[in-house]
Amino acid sequence: MAIRSFFVPFLLFALCFNSSLTPVLSLYEDQVGLMDWHQQYIGKVKQAVFSTQKTGRRRVIVSTEENVIASLDLRHGEIFWRHLLGSNDVIDGIDIGLGKYVITLSSGGSILRSWNLPDGQMVWESFLQGPKHSKSLLLVPTNLKIEKDNVIVVFSNGRLHAVSCIDGEVLWNKDFEAESFEVQQVIQPPGSDLIYVVGFAASSQFEMYQINARNGELLKHESETFSSGFFREVSLVSSETVAALDSTGSILLTISFQNGEISFQQTPISNLVEDSSGPAVIIPSSVPGIFAIKTNAITIFIRVIGKGKLEVVETTNHETAVSNALPISEGQQAFALVQHAGSEIHLAVKLAHDWDGNLLKESIKMDQQRGLVHKVFINNYIRTDRSHGFRVLIVMEDHSLLLLQQGAVVWSREDGLASIIDVTASELPVERDGVSVAKVEHNLFEWLKGHMLKLKGTLMLASPEDVAAIQSMRLKSSEKSKMTRDHNGFRKLLIVLTRAGKLFALHTGDGRIVWSHLLRSLHKSEACKSPIGLNMYQWQVPHHHALDENPSVLVISRCGPSSGAPGVLSFVDAYTGKELNSLSLVHAVVQVIPLPYTDSTEQRLHLLIDSDKHAHLYPKSSEALGIFKREFSNIYWYSVEELDGIIKGHALKCKCTGEVADEFCFDTRDLWSVVFPSESEKIIATVTRKSNEVVHTQAKVIADQDVMYKYISRNLLFVATVAPKGSGEIGSVTPEESWLVVYLIDTVTGRILHRVTHHGAQGPVHAVFSENWVVYHYFNLRAHRYEMSVIEIYDQSRADNKDVWKLVLGKHNLTSPISLFSRPEVITKSQSYFFTHSVKAIAVTSTAKGITSKQLLIGTIGDQVLALDKRFLDPRRSVNPTQAEKEEGIIPLTDSLPIIPQSYVTHALRVEGLRGILTVPAKLESTTLVFAHGVDLFFTQLAPSRTYDSLTEDFSYALLLLTIVALVAAIFVTWRLSERKELQDKWR
Amino acid sequence: MAPIGRLFLLVLLSTALTISSGSGDGFSINGRVKIPQGLGTKGFALPGKTSNVKVILNGGQIVTYLRPDGYFSFQNIPAGTHLIEVAAIGYFFSPVRVDVSARNPGKVQAALTENRRGLSELVLEPLRDEQYYEIREPFSIMNVVKSPMGLMMGFMLVVVFLMPKLVENMDPEEMRRAQEEMRSQGVPSLASLLPGGGGRN
Repeated sequence: MAIRSFFVPFLLFALCFNSSLTPVLSLYEDQVGLMDWHQQYIGKVKQAVFSTQKTGRRRVIVSTEENVIASLDLRHGEIFWRHLLGSNDVIDGIDIGLGKYVITLSSGGSILRSWNLPDGQMVWESFLQGPKHSKSLLLVPTNLKIEKDNVIVVFSNGRLHAVSCIDGEVLWNKDFEAESFEVQQVIQPPGSDLIYVVGFAASSQFEMYQINARNGELLKHESETFSSGFFREVSLVSSETVAALDSTGSILLTISFQNGEISFQQTPISNLVEDSSGPAVIIPSSVPGIFAIKTNAITIFIRVIGKGKLEVVETTNHETAVSNALPISEGQQAFALVQHAGSEIHLAVKLAHDWDGNLLKESIKMDQQRGLVHKVFINNYIRTDRSHGFRVLIVMEDHSLLLLQQGAVVWSREDGLASIIDVTASELPVERDGVSVAKVEHNLFEWLKGHMLKLKGTLMLASPEDVAAIQSMRLKSSEKSKMTRDHNGFRKLLIVLTRAGKLFALHTGDGRIVWSHLLRSLHKSEACKSPIGLNMYQWQVPHHHALDENPSVLVISRCGPSSGAPGVLSFVDAYTGKELNSLSLVHAVVQVIPLPYTDSTEQRLHLLIDSDKHAHLYPKSSEALGIFKREFSNIYWYSVEELDGIIKGHALKCKCTGEVADEFCFDTRDLWSVVFPSESEKIIATVTRKSNEVVHTQAKVIADQDVMYKYISRNLLFVATVAPKGSGEIGSVTPEESWLVVYLIDTVTGRILHRVTHHGAQGPVHAVFSENWVVYHYFNLRAHRYEMSVIEIYDQSRADNKDVWKLVLGKHNLTSPISLFSRPEVITKSQSYFFTHSVKAIAVTSTAKGITSKQLLIGTIGDQVLALDKRFLDPRRSVNPTQAEKEEGIIPLTDSLPIIPQSYVTHALRVEGLRGILTVPAKLESTTLVFAHGVDLFFTQLAPSRTYDSLTEDFSYALLLLTIVALVAAIFVTWRLSERKELQDKWR
Repeated sequence: MAPIGRLFLLVLLSTALTISSGSGDGFSINGRVKIPQGLGTKGFALPGKTSNVKVILNGGQIVTYLRPDGYFSFQNIPAGTHLIEVAAIGYFFSPVRVDVSARNPGKVQAALTENRRGLSELVLEPLRDEQYYEIREPFSIMNVVKSPMGLMMGFMLVVVFLMPKLVENMDPEEMRRAQEEMRSQGVPSLASLLPGGGGRN
């Protein structure tokens, strides 16, 4: 769309426009979806309950690890409604009550909520308290009633509650005071008025309480000691029998408590399976008569026959998942069993009492990139011929959710995208002859018709049908979703690393998944028990001489939660998603430093710091080593030890000594350290500039033709510390005992360039550092409002270069080398403003050349992203700016920052659970690409100073053409008229 | 949705006890969010569903949702000064500072932080509704005229139709003189054609 070269003269013109104060971002409602896309996710499903109502739309209610409860359409997998609960309010259980309420238990069993099933409106909320912390269990019996009230049974915080399903009132409760009592199961045998609470006490005693469900009266309490203790989980075999393991994991116990009599039956596992080795674990399930245990890689299904007699029904070494039991008819319960076999999964639905017969057996081809089946949920429906049909919801290793029915995947949701760890952008391939170019416009007539429609739209003459046609035309525009690089750099790939260890490439044009790849190196294995993806770096970005190579990214992961666990590197092709190489390291990865050097194939050099403070160079090639040796003494980095309150600067010393020595390993030395007094300061935030940020000019021309020089250094670190008392939540501290100290530290020398104390202020601090300024957001306890401050830092040593004569005579110091070791003469300017909202993330727009003015992107607590012009955060703002300052674009000072609804980048959408905002420059200088991610994803293009270098999307070519045609016609008509007139004059 | 919307219209019947000492270790804050029906209906931005309104304590420490009648409550809150924010698409709510006092429980101390207005009871109303989209101006001839294309056309029209008129209205004497001058100079200049230009001679 851009006609760049024609409009360069307009550039200055447009920049002048920019100084007006109107919101720049405004969007018309019919432009939604034109340049932006929004995707909604829920996260990995923890629990699913099917709504079995006969009427209305079929739904499934799910709770997820992202702490979302959602109602999904069973037909298409779309979200009907969804709620994200607070991060301290983790969901423990969900169920459906009375067929029309969704019941959720959260916050460690202390909050019970009921939501309206059709629209997700909260109906009631109940706070349950108890004497001590315990496991929390939610049970919604189908037909347990107390005085016509349906009852929800909750065990939480050491207390058993019966809660009314209608209004959330607690009908009765019963304490379980016994010190060490650990509840395992709450059982309500259907059709009876009894509730059984079973659990362990003192790790070797089995306790059973029988309670009257009508009033909470304790009817019976039995306990039995088992000398060798119990191992965590139990599996419910029938309403009066549980299966458990002893503490060594080698003896199976079936505990029956029929009629209040507890009896143990012991069966060593070796009696059942010959080649069992190692301790077993019970797979929690609730299939009557059957339970499963797992030893090493073998899953064993065991049936309980009669009184404590056990029988192995199946052993398998395939990965297996079992669903809970589903009552399908009188006395019959079905369950689903999913097994992996190569590239297929076998789904079997069996009756609980009949292992060998299958109600259903299907094989479904499964995408290898989805990994293993983690969870299975089963639901049934009645076919037209009265037989039972089954549908199965499965949760895969990559957190995706699939519905299987009749041997096929009906729908799938890529819910792994709800938990993004890191994002990076990659260019698309260059358009070559071989690459097919989608036909953009069919013919001239079509093209003209389209533009006429657009013209009608802008003139508000379009009928609703026309509007719809325009909308669909714009959305369909194949231009924006092509798989090749475009002229303006709007089309890119967003490479996304998710918590499941899967990489996705999203197309910026329409947000579709171009490829996805479950990293092999992030797969559980013998060597690496619990791999965690950490970060992603651009490993290879081919520009000039290596254009034939595909770009690649480096994924850093770690085997286990501790920072000392060995690291894993994987290199992934950004175009195809193929894992090119993966390295299991012997050392840990504590810090990764991408160096500003690349080798001949444009591979970037990276320095990995391990837990023993050795530095390892990657790639391990002699060429890289050569480049590295040359720059050996110019490499500095810093580390922040938040717990001890120390910031240290490091440099390289020499080659490694000791057993890990190889050519690419180096010892490091500490250069400096800044120690914050632990009794008064605690580090809560550190921010640096983005390493790839481009600054257009160091000089800043201010009013009255004066020049200020920005102090631009890549090695500046912003550090915020608070009083240890004030590091908690708002409301936990008084203004007198809380303060916030902010530092600007040079990371090469450790010199503190600037220090500011905000008395009566508190965290959390969110900050963004760009060019020569830093903006940070914190809480002011005295005013009880949030504040944002800006610090700008200017270089004074160059301030006297303003004199033209000095420049002419060559006496300026502009060409003198800059060394951070010389004491910089800097001055700082700062100012503070109130800001209304809490903030979740702050970012700043970045453009290709850094000419365009900047905007702050503020992710607010309402999960919206607000664009705020940097000019609102200019320390030179004053209450009454002079005429010259006004011309420069300085805004009169106000005490709070404006929130203009039209400048919400996310317009009327929410990026639920917002966590991060990434900005990527487009090739077109005016435009920046913004990607906000949380549970939802949102992408848009922004032009902070309007698109001064291209025509906007709704530029009407038809109007231009019409004008030209009209002008030409007018020329002809007037020519004719004048000719005739001349003739008449001559005749006169 | 309809009955819920209507419930929002209900006048507050009894004054809600804002802060009460709960059992256990903390206090509880009870309040209500009221969205007047008049707001949000103008324009075409759809107001967010009331089921999606979140009430947030202390920047995310606790998040809760509204009951159908607009009430919300936070439990187990320690004494101190807290901040409550309401997140609702389509409305701008001021954060509210709420003082929970340990000495005299039940005392209401709430104030909007945006305009420092005290609240006698914890009923939160939006300060204004938020319009996220620009509203397209209806078609008017002025808009077309003001656009660059319109200006271009206007200028052309002026040149085509008004300039000959100017020439016509000229004094025949002056006209002749100008023509003579033109002949003598060879190059016609626009300034010399204008009546003002002619006056100089």
